[in-house]
Amino acid sequence: MTSTPMPAPGSGAPVATGSEAIEDQGLQKGPLVTPSPATATGVPMIAIDGISKWYGSFQVLTNCTTQVAKGEVVVVCGPSGSGKSTLIKCVNALEPFQEGQITVDGTRVKDRATNLPKLRSRVGMVFQHFELFPHLSIIDNLSLAQRKVLGRSAEDAGKRGRDLLARVGLSAHADKYPGQLSGGQQQRVAIARALAMNPIVMLFDEPTSALDPEMVGEVLDVMVELARDGMTMMVVTHEMGFARKVADRVIFMDKGEIVEDARKDDFFGQPRSERAQHFLSKILQH
Amino acid sequence: MNYNWNWSIFFEPSPEGVGTYADMLLSGLVWTIATALSSWVIAFCLGSVVGVMRTLPSKAAQAIGTAYVELFRNIPLLVQMFLWYFVAPELLPEKLGSAIKQLPNAPFYTAVVCLGLFTAARVAEQVRAGILALPRGQRMAATALGLTVAQSYRYVLLPNAYRIILPPLTSEFLNNLKNTSVALTIGLLELTARARAMQEFSFQVFEAFTAATVLYIAINLVVIVAATLLERAVAVPGTR
Repeated sequence: MTSTPMPAPGSGAPVATGSEAIEDQGLQKGPLVTPSPATATGVPMIAIDGISKWYGSFQVLTNCTTQVAKGEVVVVCGPSGSGKSTLIKCVNALEPFQEGQITVDGTRVKDRATNLPKLRSRVGMVFQHFELFPHLSIIDNLSLAQRKVLGRSAEDAGKRGRDLLARVGLSAHADKYPGQLSGGQQQRVAIARALAMNPIVMLFDEPTSALDPEMVGEVLDVMVELARDGMTMMVVTHEMGFARKVADRVIFMDKGEIVEDARKDDFFGQPRSERAQHFLSKILQH
Repeated sequence: MNYNWNWSIFFEPSPEGVGTYADMLLSGLVWTIATALSSWVIAFCLGSVVGVMRTLPSKAAQAIGTAYVELFRNIPLLVQMFLWYFVAPELLPEKLGSAIKQLPNAPFYTAVVCLGLFTAARVAEQVRAGILALPRGQRMAATALGLTVAQSYRYVLLPNAYRIILPPLTSEFLNNLKNTSVALTIGLLELTARARAMQEFSFQVFEAFTAATVLYIAINLVVIVAATLLERAVAVPGTR
């Protein structure tokens, strides 16, 4: 991964530092999303109902139950190996689970009758290591699934892609390749790629964990913007600042169990469980 | 050593009645190239399919792919050549078997099929290695976007895997080219067979095999240059 020096993340006005500032416009105003209307109403967007998962004889998830309402932002945290990434990957069936059920916008994830590619195309996912397709230009990364999955024309897909690139401040990079962008830029492209599909839900799997510290801000800014636009989000992260700022609820997991599932203020104010208190005291020390 | 060097032997008429010894060697070279290219088409296509099968989630597909690879890479090429040429036609219904035996250029078709299937097992292993070398997240990202398994392979996994395995795949192509010489045992008049014939008729063994060696090296160098150009053409900007 190349690490191009980045301008200050767009928390304030973009800093004009010569050519870089022209290349990387920072965040632009305007909504990032116009979520396609959810088909089912009155039910939670994501309902996770008593799921358990084993790798062989090792149990990674134990009877996890929670819900995410439309427009809600839920942060999932917990020590490493606690099963939080596995849980979020169960939501779009990237990981199979043996017991329980997950329902996304009224569609059962574990059901032979479910068209999984179609369901997944409506659930955006952002990975820790970006996972842009290295052989495709940035704009082709954004267009591929729009064309092959949603059947959009090359023109429509390209236009949607460029709009979203502009929103995440990367218009000038449309024809570059992933290997030519910094980590922060790649992750913003990855978010734009997911948004290009007009998802009804966005899943984030430790989106800032693989970034150099100075690039975390620019990615979180895009996510904050997204949350404010009303996107339903499930975010696995250790960024407690982000959780404080935009989360509605915080889920704390340990050893494959949901130990705590609380409103943000309750969680940061007085976590009930000892394990959550211990975890918070450790990561908030610095 | 008492050897009668005669480099002008190439321009003397061959015992075939038409053309010189040089023409004879060149016609062998043409058959070598034709056999190598035709068998490579089979090897590349079938090898890709088998290699992909070994990386699919389906256990049945994996088993079939593994069985193919182990069968075809564990029997010596020479034995396979004999099996296809002498044994296989006998196992077929009599009419079909004798029709095959009477095909014009039967050694050529047999050599193409045999080499193609043999090299396919080796290509399959390269393809599998290339796919497994990709980060696990690539498959996940493609899946998460809603691409089907077939689409993930077509648009994401294979384009990257082929780029990774281009250098070893070039080696396989060169191996396949040189392995065509085994087909002389079933009567294909390719370059090595022609060099041997020249030696037997003219007794100029050094000249004959020097010519064959130079010709083999020359076409392999052409392949290497072409592969280098191909590598450059498909290189992804921003990677090594």
